[in-house]
Amino acid sequence: MSVRTRDSLGGRAAIVGIGATEFSKDSGRSELRLAVESVRAALADAGLTPADVDGLVTFTMDTSPEITVAQACGMGELSFFSRVHYGGGAACATVQQAALAVAAGVAEVVVCYRAFNERSGRRFGSGVRHREPSAEGTALGWTLPFGLLTPASWVAMAAQRYLYTYGLTPEDAFGPVAVTARRHAAVNPAAYFHDRPITRADHAASRWIAEPLRLLDCCQETDGGQALVVTSVERARDLPQPPAVVTAAAQGAGRAQEQMTSFYRDDLTGLPEMSVVARQLWRGSGLAPADIDVGILYDHFTPFVLMQLEEFGFCAPGEAPGFVAEDRLPLNTHGGQLGEAYLHGMNGVAEAVRQLRGTSVNQVPGAARTLVTAGTGVPTSGLVLTRDGATD
Amino acid sequence: MDDELHARLKAYEGRPAAVAGTGRDPVNAPMIRHWCEATGDRNPAYTGPGAIAPPTMLQAWIMGGLSGHEGRAQAYDELLSLLDEAGCTSVVATDCEQEYLRPLRPGDEVAFDTVIESVSQRKTTKLGTGYFVTTRTDVRVAEELVGTHRFRILKYAPRTHAPSGQASSARASSGHASSGPAPNEYVPSEHAPTPTGREEKAQGRQEAPRRPRPVVNRDNAGFWEGVRRHRLLVQRCTGCDTLRFPWLPGCNACGSPEWDTVEADGEGTVFSYVVMHHPPFPAFSPPYAIGLIELAEGVRIISNVVDVPYDKVRIGMPVELEFRSYDDEDGELVLPVFRPRAGEVAA
Repeated sequence: MSVRTRDSLGGRAAIVGIGATEFSKDSGRSELRLAVESVRAALADAGLTPADVDGLVTFTMDTSPEITVAQACGMGELSFFSRVHYGGGAACATVQQAALAVAAGVAEVVVCYRAFNERSGRRFGSGVRHREPSAEGTALGWTLPFGLLTPASWVAMAAQRYLYTYGLTPEDAFGPVAVTARRHAAVNPAAYFHDRPITRADHAASRWIAEPLRLLDCCQETDGGQALVVTSVERARDLPQPPAVVTAAAQGAGRAQEQMTSFYRDDLTGLPEMSVVARQLWRGSGLAPADIDVGILYDHFTPFVLMQLEEFGFCAPGEAPGFVAEDRLPLNTHGGQLGEAYLHGMNGVAEAVRQLRGTSVNQVPGAARTLVTAGTGVPTSGLVLTRDGATD
Repeated sequence: MDDELHARLKAYEGRPAAVAGTGRDPVNAPMIRHWCEATGDRNPAYTGPGAIAPPTMLQAWIMGGLSGHEGRAQAYDELLSLLDEAGCTSVVATDCEQEYLRPLRPGDEVAFDTVIESVSQRKTTKLGTGYFVTTRTDVRVAEELVGTHRFRILKYAPRTHAPSGQASSARASSGHASSGPAPNEYVPSEHAPTPTGREEKAQGRQEAPRRPRPVVNRDNAGFWEGVRRHRLLVQRCTGCDTLRFPWLPGCNACGSPEWDTVEADGEGTVFSYVVMHHPPFPAFSPPYAIGLIELAEGVRIISNVVDVPYDKVRIGMPVELEFRSYDDEDGELVLPVFRPRAGEVAA
């Protein structure tokens, strides 16, 4: 979808299969094997075989190349392979890439995947202390000598400004997001925090990580894999699962955009790149916030969930804490990355699909229109996924 | 440092650290003479016709010298990088064992291979917590094994200290902007203490832990050069006069590639801030405050807020620029930092 005009992608493709490994702290196997297991599981769910696949999409950060996944899954020739950059910002964009390929006839069945040993291997939360002198490296290099070294700290810089601007405390602003995620995770057997809900008091008592962020504002770290199968809506209607139609898909980068360190622009109380995504998704889907039955909003850190709700227009700037506390939108019903697993946003796409199929552990009755977003603080992406016929 | 790190490090045991290295010079009388003079060794076996080299010179024949080393294998770099990433950025040589199978004589041309022999469990020492890495170098002359050189380092995360910043406004500017990441890597064939020095010498190296270095390339070298001279330079587009930070080779407002610089006068306010608590990093002592400073000129820069308790930093606090030198194991690092503006007390 162009920033300026409505595109022709909506309604052309659908997610027809989802598959994941278990979500753990130590998978005990390679990242490639996690990728392969999740791709196979997603194909089985779709009622397809590896021989049907002619396209693969993943993240630039993923360590399992498309060709290697294809080899190990028993796939043959590929006509489409693509990767999306900017960490978790890639999540929904992998589905957009797949839908574009399907709509253009470049590929017929495309699998999107992300797999890593992010907890037992390289932990993002352990921070960064040096970078190569590339353009990307120098962008981060402005913060490193001063000790601003972790994802939590980069988010905290904007979070502090949000609290200041709207006169909020971290407990009142961020607590409801953490509590909501853990409430949903508590009934999700696949969630790491299954059966472990928290209270606002637990949140407020958790230790500081990077003020104003506490431990319970930061998502967990996870080993695992998640895959999604995309094909045309026409073919989807012949497959066993109800299709989750890609009604709108968009990427977004703002002016003066950086990766996690967009400190030098505007007022730091919002996510301009998500506004770029939001405007495209609303225009492309013809929907408005009130039409959305379930929101799956990227939640690696609680403050950016608030800013997303505001950028999408679910509530006015500064009002998201109350909006979440009052449960005005079913939010991250799998438990989010705070509660289920940190799978770089791909597990959230799968949850939206389950909601449309009616198989979520926190099922919203009759859910037909879902909004999913990808990584925040980075160039990002989003999807409106709907039940077949829900936007006719 | 997680216990699972050990398993990953263990996987490097048996892998090469250097392959098919060769001595830079044949065994020779001048180097033998210098060695004997330096160590005060007057053993007659090391002079005259039929002289042999002191056996303890074994490592001297395989060192890379100041110009670098060749033949180092990727596995060893990977191992060191894993440790660096886990926070074990410091290194100390702990001990060395050598076996001598036959004497070396002037004219012998040595070749060597080094293997990563073992990686210890995680250990905590007075210096900090880390892992002992032992390498074994087999030294050969014309395929004959003449000696082995077993070398052990401790790669560790130093105990944290308070940042050792000192005001340097009166000092001559002698710092340097590092040209990007220079992991504190240890090169056994270059910097190893001599076998007679060893542990005492190594343990005496008490240095401040290393701060992360600025990431410098052709696009921003001018900024860090300015900092070295105690000037905070902001880019100005000569097409539309828009000031910009961070440094980039073009203007986001008008797209012009032409620019010059203006020197910031050093006044600013805290636009936002973070107090770092966890995880700890070498050279930083949590909790500490990092500010996003909005300069009077209108651009913002990340920096430290100094001379004020971490819990007294506030948005809107007036601050002023100061250049500080941080001396650590990699030398002097000059950084622009901000202190509360004179005459204005923090709330």
